[in-house]
Amino acid sequence: MNATAGSPLVNMAIFLAFVAITMVIVIRASRQNKTAADYYTGGRSFTGGQNGTAIAGDYLSAASFLGITGAIALTGFDGFLYSIGFLVAWLVALLLVAELLRNTGKFTMADVLAFRMRQRPVRMAAAISTLAVSFFYLLAQMAGAGGLVSLLMGVTGNVGQSLTIAVVGILMIVYVLVGGMKGTTWVQIIKAVLLIAGAALMTMWVFSKYGFSLSDLMGAAAGNSPLGEKLLAPGAKYGVNTLSKVDFISLSMALVLGTAGLPHVLMRFYTVPTSKEARKSVVWAISLIGLFYLFSLVLGFGAAALVGSDVIKAAPGGANSAAPLLAYELGGTLLLGFISAVAFATILAVVAGLTITASASFAHDVYNNYIKRGQVSADDEVKVARIAAVVIGVFAIVGGILAKDQNIAFLVALAFAVAASANLPTILYSLFWKGFTTRGALWSIYGGLISSITLILFSPVVSGKPIPEGATKSPSMLQGVDFHWFPLDNPGLISIPLAFFLGWLGSVTDPTKSDAVKFAEMEVRSLTGAGAEKATVAH
Amino acid sequence: MTINQEPLKVGSGGPDPEAYVKAQRSPQFQELRKRYRGFSFPMTVAFLVWYFAFVLMSVFAPAWMGQPVWGNVNRGIVFGLLQFVSTALITWLYVRHANKKLDPLATEIREELEGTN
Repeated sequence: MNATAGSPLVNMAIFLAFVAITMVIVIRASRQNKTAADYYTGGRSFTGGQNGTAIAGDYLSAASFLGITGAIALTGFDGFLYSIGFLVAWLVALLLVAELLRNTGKFTMADVLAFRMRQRPVRMAAAISTLAVSFFYLLAQMAGAGGLVSLLMGVTGNVGQSLTIAVVGILMIVYVLVGGMKGTTWVQIIKAVLLIAGAALMTMWVFSKYGFSLSDLMGAAAGNSPLGEKLLAPGAKYGVNTLSKVDFISLSMALVLGTAGLPHVLMRFYTVPTSKEARKSVVWAISLIGLFYLFSLVLGFGAAALVGSDVIKAAPGGANSAAPLLAYELGGTLLLGFISAVAFATILAVVAGLTITASASFAHDVYNNYIKRGQVSADDEVKVARIAAVVIGVFAIVGGILAKDQNIAFLVALAFAVAASANLPTILYSLFWKGFTTRGALWSIYGGLISSITLILFSPVVSGKPIPEGATKSPSMLQGVDFHWFPLDNPGLISIPLAFFLGWLGSVTDPTKSDAVKFAEMEVRSLTGAGAEKATVAH
Repeated sequence: MTINQEPLKVGSGGPDPEAYVKAQRSPQFQELRKRYRGFSFPMTVAFLVWYFAFVLMSVFAPAWMGQPVWGNVNRGIVFGLLQFVSTALITWLYVRHANKKLDPLATEIREELEGTN
């Protein structure tokens, strides 16, 4: 097994077939795209099952698909621990957010946050936070694309990788412009089905080699790992010292509270006609995501047992190559080609969803409601959204090329930390606390946003990690400087409680009290669905 | 059942603000809110406590979690898998609660407000 796995030609061919098929579906699905609701929400006419599958397609990004399998292969139990946070987080969305948001909002997260507040300042704050989270997440996916191609397509060298990132970016812009939310949703649905089917096949294959015994599989994984029995118990990754333990608790908080604050996840709840369908969406999403993480436990241990951590670490993508290498080990060139194409499709589907969310927030919140004070027609707003999608796409391509050697996990953790700090406290206060005011909303959004980004900037992630033995580079983003004073990699432990506190403090000190009539409207709408946005024409 | 004797719908823009205030004060809505919050809030606290207990045990008591239960399967893996089970269970309980206790009442209030019956 050398630098390129399997046949780059086969990998490329399967990926091109995916692009061709999805493009036809996107073009067909988008024929009826006319109104703003079509572009932003696919006409609100998806079923709960379709939307839930699309959510799974959106959520199981390259970081979770490749990252978690790799983490389990190399650090065993601690990788599994990480995946559980991503799953449990969906209960916050199910119990507290999805249905109420669907009932009160229209297109964006800001619709809900600004509902009973002074429109312009709160919309602007919510839009800035949406753009920040989406951009960090987008950058992570694009940067991941670079590493992935060198492994799967045999594209090496700076120019080749940069070119591939550009191709991914252009494809994404085309999907978004042609298909809008409807097209993007279908790409995510197809990708989710392929990903889960592929993972199911590989899981059964691995399991059959060990007589369908989890114990035997774990024994083989431990036997083939330099960690030995330690692979199976907690501590291989996060148990190094007290600081790394506290850091993991901080990360867990961001994972559990961040998911229901991710703008691209929230926007998906507007694609269904009723709150009951929003509920069904989450049930589908939880089932598919839960199933997938169970598969990834088997795949991770399977990769440790059958591929071995030395081979995984030596491969170009490092831990991210565990899943593709396992596919090659099991099913040779063809299965590897399939899994590679799915990995690529993953990046494409996720970046398209992020781009549409960011462009919607810019056009709807910043341009129409902030700059033009809500005077722009829906058609003109969509025109601006399309232009914004192209601009964001170009930014993502350039950012992705610049960030392609950066640590992907760090960018994803950053997105979750900002979402959990700036968005979730504000969403919960807006929906449930009568006394929440404009000042409270601004303090919790900006407080969460600024504190989480500042703490990361001065954390060991950015500067000051010592160079490990046998390596030439520090794991920090910047080399040769050290200006860190915050000891943790993840800011959630500080920034999330701080944002909750600031939201409360801002509200109780606000000279303008909250609007009781608007709160009555919001509360009744959120729980009953009265006056909620209706679906436009069905497919 | 009526929330209010006067017609509530104004124009095509949905119910007017005053109608929402009246609906919010109605005993039906108070009951709906009680049923919603009475389930969702304690359940949220419960799953967060259960999840962070698992995280804290994994981080601070790795030796205990590493004790084998069945072959190579240890307590940590069992408790991890139980997180999947509890997530599925809470999802199922919430959907049952929402279908039985929340939806009929919410529909009643909504139809009253939108004047569709």
